[in-house]
Amino acid sequence: MSYTFMGYRRPDGRYGARNLVAVIPSVICANDVGQAICRQVQGTIGYFHHQGCCQLPLDLKRVTDVLSNLGQSPNVGAALVVSLGCEGTDQNRIVEEIRATGKPVEIIRIQELGGTSRAIQAGIDAAQRLVQQISGLQREPADISNVTMSIKCGASDTTSGMASNCVIGYVADRLVDLGATVIFGETTEFLGGEHILARRAVGGENGPVGQKIYEIVDRMEKRAKTVGEDMRGGQPTPGNIAGGLSSIEEKSLGAIMKSGHRPIQGVLEYCDRADGKKGLWIKDAPGREPEILTGMAATGAQFMMFSTGRGAPQGFPSMPVIKICGNPNTYEHMIHDMDLNAGLIINGEKTIEQVGEEAFALMLEVLSGKMTKNEALGYYGSMDIFCLGPVI
Amino acid sequence: MELKLALKVDDLDNVATIFANDITDGTVVEVRDKKGTNETIAVIGNVPYGHKIALRDIKKGERIMKYGECIGAASADIKKGEYVHVHNLEALRGRGDL
Repeated sequence: MSYTFMGYRRPDGRYGARNLVAVIPSVICANDVGQAICRQVQGTIGYFHHQGCCQLPLDLKRVTDVLSNLGQSPNVGAALVVSLGCEGTDQNRIVEEIRATGKPVEIIRIQELGGTSRAIQAGIDAAQRLVQQISGLQREPADISNVTMSIKCGASDTTSGMASNCVIGYVADRLVDLGATVIFGETTEFLGGEHILARRAVGGENGPVGQKIYEIVDRMEKRAKTVGEDMRGGQPTPGNIAGGLSSIEEKSLGAIMKSGHRPIQGVLEYCDRADGKKGLWIKDAPGREPEILTGMAATGAQFMMFSTGRGAPQGFPSMPVIKICGNPNTYEHMIHDMDLNAGLIINGEKTIEQVGEEAFALMLEVLSGKMTKNEALGYYGSMDIFCLGPVI
Repeated sequence: MELKLALKVDDLDNVATIFANDITDGTVVEVRDKKGTNETIAVIGNVPYGHKIALRDIKKGERIMKYGECIGAASADIKKGEYVHVHNLEALRGRGDL
């Protein structure tokens, strides 16, 4: 059996689930101009991050890479880069790399144009042009193997590992079997479960992928330890603890359920794209929403499946986020934020397979244009880029 | 009165999770695993929705198991049926103090 969704075919051959004009500030200092443009022009979204200047070179490269990859992602049909003019990121590289995918792209520079009001005017004109240029594009049938799904859990409780994460794991297995790409991350939430993941690595626990899994977990754990702090004050979060999760190990063992059961093909760094990579992959990123959602969208994922127990409402500007709620009480209580009720598994009313099939069907609808609850509410404004060094 | 369920994920587990409200000291719960119900236990302490109880006596320092894996160690002696959470279970990972 083959499955298709209705997507926007991009000049580079990829298929988008959305057709957006991305407004991309190359530095935090350009955010206000970008926001004014987005408020005025329909069909735009903005990436309002807090990076891009006075950072170490490796982080400036990282921010440039991520912004470029966001612009190249298939849900973006055209891009407008908003530059201040004196920032540390490479705005020209962002423009060139997005242009190389065949998409229309423009750039405005605030200092060169004579300040805020003139840049806003020029930016509105440019964004309007881009929206008019791409908005007539029609959706076409695309095979499911063109899909890249990103996955994440947030505001977890003990239902997450026993219901909603298992549902996502079911969908992940189905997608891998159909030739698609699945990416999970949250390296902090491998602590205590990394041996299970390493054994699932292609080449086994002692092969390069298995060893890499141990290495990224060790790196994340050391990062917490180097400041001499006990991670328990921050992980599990107070909400996780109120939800019954007693330790990072318990949280992790529940969290990794969402990766399903297929072999792990490799580890992507935070900035890496998943072009041409099939099967199940790890992205080395921390669990906090603004940073991991950005990393996943930059990978090229057309959508995210997001598991929650306590109720996490947020999405991402250019990537629909489907909320699977494991806690039946939270689902009813936050029904306008939650897309699917996996709490019926906890109540014994449905099986993981039944809710998994519902999630798979909802995924095809969302890929074909149905808005998720967070999209319809416009709850997707907060994002950021995960950097390694200090602000200098 | 209807019995409340405590779910045991794996045979190696020494805790089970209760997905029910109004679990107070002395409430009797049914422990259910993949094969079905195997015993009933009287709960010691008030246990909120989604929290855990011990399935047997656990000595201080002993490993606490869920999903068939270690989720930490007992930081105090725990009796069968007793509420298990951060007050008597401590993580062994991500610890800057160890």
